[in-house]
Amino acid sequence: MNQVQNFTKGLFKENPVFVMMLGLCPALGVTTSAINGLGMGLATTFVLLMSNIVVSIIKNAIPPKVRIPSFIVIIASFVTIVDLTMNAYLPSLHKELGLFIPLIVVNCLVMGRAEGFASKNNTLSSIIDALGMGFGFAIALTILGGVREILGSGAIFGVSLVDADLMLAFVLAPGAFIGLGYLIAIHRAIKKN
Amino acid sequence: MANKESTFTNMLLTMVIVTAVAALALGGVYKATKAPIAKNQEKKTNAALQKVLPEFDNKITRDTKTLETDLGKEITLYKAKKDGELVGVAIESFSTKGYSGLVKIMVGFLPDGTIKNISVLQHAETPGLGDKMEKGKSEWSKQFNGKNPAEFNLSVSKDGGDVDAITAATISSRAYCDAVKRAYKAFKQEIKGGE
Repeated sequence: MNQVQNFTKGLFKENPVFVMMLGLCPALGVTTSAINGLGMGLATTFVLLMSNIVVSIIKNAIPPKVRIPSFIVIIASFVTIVDLTMNAYLPSLHKELGLFIPLIVVNCLVMGRAEGFASKNNTLSSIIDALGMGFGFAIALTILGGVREILGSGAIFGVSLVDADLMLAFVLAPGAFIGLGYLIAIHRAIKKN
Repeated sequence: MANKESTFTNMLLTMVIVTAVAALALGGVYKATKAPIAKNQEKKTNAALQKVLPEFDNKITRDTKTLETDLGKEITLYKAKKDGELVGVAIESFSTKGYSGLVKIMVGFLPDGTIKNISVLQHAETPGLGDKMEKGKSEWSKQFNGKNPAEFNLSVSKDGGDVDAITAATISSRAYCDAVKRAYKAFKQEIKGGE
């Protein structure tokens, strides 16, 4: 597999949300608007990138039996760094994403890439893999957030399109499931052709 | 792959090194972000205070008092003074009766107990329904301004009070009233009882 494929696989063919169904908790929880989806996606991308880099560098120094605990400590550290930095310099976004930032620790996507990819590949491949997967995750969350924002509050990226509350259900939890279901179906249909 | 063997010493050493490095890194970041985070927090409190109180000129975030309330939680009281005279009291109050999670509000009282203004600090009520308690989302919370809880019954009309509940969000409205009531109780205890 060359590096271009390595990058693009995360965007569409093996998209973490639409295909691998990883990290669905934040994907469903924070995507009440496009900007929230994007913010969460980028925060996850950063954590994914840093943890993939570190794991791929130290993979040979870690005894296999304590592999998972070590990865968790590494991931949790980067998540806390993101949490603190965001709280200090982007307080409004931090307020929106709130609880979901610490939850990146248990995002299966980050753990999955550390265990499934970075611990078996070199640093360059791991960086590219993290960027592809991270952007794929961010794109999926932004699309889902956008769909929910348009249908639920008639706006996109906070810009109001129609001056009315539309289908309120789309801003609430059920809308996340319905929206994600349709997006997965559309993704499947495109992939088949 | 030239993996290290999983001997006890190896595992122990690895975990010690990994956690030590992580702890050092986190300590550094915590120290670096501590000041900006505290500043943000103070800015937020200050903005809320300015919204709910009449003009004041004292260093209000230093003139505070913490009161014990029911449920074992503390609420904070801010005294606003102008030229040394008390012009208002802001009370950071809360309610646990919200539809989802804690509702935190800042209530500004004039010295006679009249509500000057109320600002919502934190809530997790349903978007589109309960979140109408926020200032920007609807005019609902304005009905409290200028009312004195001594003669204004702080309960929703369904419960026999004087407050019109938010349509389809009676629980959120009740929580809001509960928080205002708690603030008024603290106000009475502190101001009327003390003078």
